[in-house]
Amino acid sequence: MPRLEGVAKVDGSVEYIYNLRIPGMLHGKIHRSSVAHGRIVRIDASAALAVEGVHAVITAEDIVKVVPNPYYGPAFHDQPILAIEKVRHVGEPVAVVLASDSHIAEEAADLIAVEYEPLEAVFDEVAAARPGAPVIHDVLKPAGTFTDLQYLGGRSGTNVALDARVRRGDVAKGFAAADQIFEHTFRTGKVIHATFEPIVSLAELNAPNGLTIHTASQSPSFVRMEVSRLLGWPENRVRVRTAFLGGGFGAKLYIKLEALVAVCALLVRKPVRIALTMDEQFYTITKHGATVRIKTGVKKNGRIIAREVETYWNGGAYADIGPRVSQKSGFTSAGPYDIEHVALDNYAVYTNEPPAGALRGFGISQLVWAYERQMDIIARTLGIDPLEIRRRNVLRAGRPHATGTIITGMEIDAVLDRLAERMDWNRAFDRGSGTIRRGRGLAIGLKACISPTTSTAIVHVHGDGSCAVHCGTVDMGQASDTALAQIAAEVLGITTESVRVVHPDTDLTPYDMATLGSRSTYHMGNAVRLAAEDARTQLLRIAGTAFGAEIVELDCRDGAIVSPTGDRLTFRAVMLARFGMQAGTVVGVGAFTPSYTKPDPQTGQSTDVTPFWMLGGAGAEIAVDCETGRIEVTKLVNAADVGSAINPASVERQLTGAAVMQLGFTLFEEMNFSEGQVLNASLADYKIPGLLDVPRDLAAAIVEVPHKNGPFGAKGVGETGVFSPSPAIANALYDAVGVVVTDLPLTPERVLRAIRESENRPLERD
Amino acid sequence: MSATQHRTIGFTLNGRAVSSSVAPHETVIEVLQRDFGLFGARESCGQGLCGCCTVLVDGTAVSGCLYLAAFIDGTNLVTVEGLANQGVLHPIQQAFLARSGFQCGFCTPGFILMTKELLERYPRPTDEQIRHYLSGNLCRCAAYPDIVESVKMAAESLAQPRRHPLPKGRLPSDP
Repeated sequence: MPRLEGVAKVDGSVEYIYNLRIPGMLHGKIHRSSVAHGRIVRIDASAALAVEGVHAVITAEDIVKVVPNPYYGPAFHDQPILAIEKVRHVGEPVAVVLASDSHIAEEAADLIAVEYEPLEAVFDEVAAARPGAPVIHDVLKPAGTFTDLQYLGGRSGTNVALDARVRRGDVAKGFAAADQIFEHTFRTGKVIHATFEPIVSLAELNAPNGLTIHTASQSPSFVRMEVSRLLGWPENRVRVRTAFLGGGFGAKLYIKLEALVAVCALLVRKPVRIALTMDEQFYTITKHGATVRIKTGVKKNGRIIAREVETYWNGGAYADIGPRVSQKSGFTSAGPYDIEHVALDNYAVYTNEPPAGALRGFGISQLVWAYERQMDIIARTLGIDPLEIRRRNVLRAGRPHATGTIITGMEIDAVLDRLAERMDWNRAFDRGSGTIRRGRGLAIGLKACISPTTSTAIVHVHGDGSCAVHCGTVDMGQASDTALAQIAAEVLGITTESVRVVHPDTDLTPYDMATLGSRSTYHMGNAVRLAAEDARTQLLRIAGTAFGAEIVELDCRDGAIVSPTGDRLTFRAVMLARFGMQAGTVVGVGAFTPSYTKPDPQTGQSTDVTPFWMLGGAGAEIAVDCETGRIEVTKLVNAADVGSAINPASVERQLTGAAVMQLGFTLFEEMNFSEGQVLNASLADYKIPGLLDVPRDLAAAIVEVPHKNGPFGAKGVGETGVFSPSPAIANALYDAVGVVVTDLPLTPERVLRAIRESENRPLERD
Repeated sequence: MSATQHRTIGFTLNGRAVSSSVAPHETVIEVLQRDFGLFGARESCGQGLCGCCTVLVDGTAVSGCLYLAAFIDGTNLVTVEGLANQGVLHPIQQAFLARSGFQCGFCTPGFILMTKELLERYPRPTDEQIRHYLSGNLCRCAAYPDIVESVKMAAESLAQPRRHPLPKGRLPSDP
């Protein structure tokens, strides 16, 4: 199925918010904090204001005139639109210059002088969580959105924004009964999304009292709610619209620039556009760095009987969605395994680094890195094959997950089988000799789709048989427009090409939680299916009256309603029957919220914690140069249980695309910090995968297990490919040279140090 | 910056003679977007490293985010918008469409123009030539395998004697 927007993408005409210019608009450029933690003593904007062409310089002092309490965020209301009194990370927005020309704005932004009184800063997530660490926020301010965070309100003197736990069985008893106990600490650094379309928003005022925000956003519904709340306006006065996104990966979620451009536009009564440069992205949103302490008790036969995992999530200076990452992914930190005694603790920790949020996988890859790396250490110690030890431990249908939810709709064995087959696991493997050694490894990772969330859709069937789907799902490259059009077309018996998916515009498209967490195919897919079925039922009812037939006897296919005797009524004729003319619209509405049972706050136990489980496995073959530490990934297979694939080519493309992104996070991507300053905030110094980094043998292997509640059996897949490549590659390194690497990324230096240490001739430290 | 000296440049843009008044610091991308409403070449990394801003100047791919507009005076400039011929997509565009050599699409025009330069130099490129030639264009969605397949399909298609032109937006029925 070719993509609906394909022609516009190859001829360059596709619409991005990046392209939008509004007559009379001003360009905003942000002046950012140069210190990681400090009190703002003075802001001197006189030199900036003196630059010809500068329209205004906006600081928090101006913001509070429009928004008295200008703190936003999806989980905590902790992030000021512009810094107030304090800055909490290098790069925090302190002032905005508005000018008719972006170069003038940029020049003037550099001329703003800010004096800071430095405060002690803390960067490491474990150190920041300790009592006595410098406190970054005086008091925790949970947003009203998530009722289970309310208990944190008013807590002070701590950087721990959330502590979430899961308890099952009795780990002390489990460890006492174990034959062997393994304890490790694994770490992952911070990386970034690097979306190619910049993070960009424009705001303009609409007479008589409205505001439109055009924004490259994955969550237009949330933007409207949050900006309305900040302004104290009813939601219907704030219109938020988006277009195709030039990449999202979690960077364009919740509020990024939207509140800032909205307030600037209200202050100067002119349209305002702000687009971030690539280097500014590094100071705006990152993936969480994490420290994972994992303790596992096993029997001699390789059965895991107890596991304790303590994870510290480096959330940076503002919570963004970090507490959700910590909890909703944290509860899977025991892995896709059937373990009797489990204790999981997750701490979302504020530090003086740039804010961390969602990045493709929502925390899962940090956890899989720990439990799958340790799994191979256990396997080798016990003398069990890595594939076999997994088979002995995986969760099977009907068994309880650590949260207590009974596993259904997921076939881990099938994914392992497919991996074994594609890796030719039973074949003898040549590990090489001399300085180039070869190894192979595999890993599997589990995610629970976030819950509870809602999607709503409207389907318009027009008189000519064409159809429009109005929904809030944002197509950021994952081909959602095409998949959703396929679903509507299938229900209505029309071609996919005759369905148009109307892009998110909160004036036109109903509420959708957001395009995140691989939720859209399942949630919005179901909402669109329901809306199309609603429209179909109406069409059948009208035709039934005309035919004098029961609607159960009728069918909707090839753009017409067909009676049991073969009579056909075109959609146009249906309109004539319904409205007395050949024009009109039949409107179908659908809303979908999966069932959910809130976990017990003390034990994390729930009978229904997720609408669907995602299972992603990877197998890797590598060659490692023992003289340089350089790893070449020669083969990477990504297997996943995807439900039923609505568009198999798109599913495979999502899996391999995610795997290559994770390959960058595995081998070389890492933000380097010094006192909170990012040392490599550009694509010149922070390398992302290019064609030469792509493994020669890169494949996706989809395992189709139709999900009983998914639209046509489908479930989400956008993130699955990131779960397992990192430990699969590190396990291959372990297989090749036997070294234990605990930290990502696997840079040549880190690998070479590990090899040399294993040979008792360590390299000197700097 | 406020006292910059503008100068008028003349060049051929997608086959049409045009002129523009540009400041010394302005880049090709800025002029294409501001004066000609062309957004197929896009600025992303701002350092000439990602390839989203690729345009062809006298047949050679350059980074439009770094290349100063003043330098295109008197040249022949081609952007992705100039590839289709009377509404018929160029065979390279058709190949990227048929093989879905894209996801979000932001980097796609750059890849297509770099492929054009590649296939003009090496009409039958090896895998190695494709990988190396396109290594300066980045795709964060990592649609790389499909991009390579698109390039191969385009090479085959261009090597064939031309059949009837296809209307824009239609896929070739027999690739």
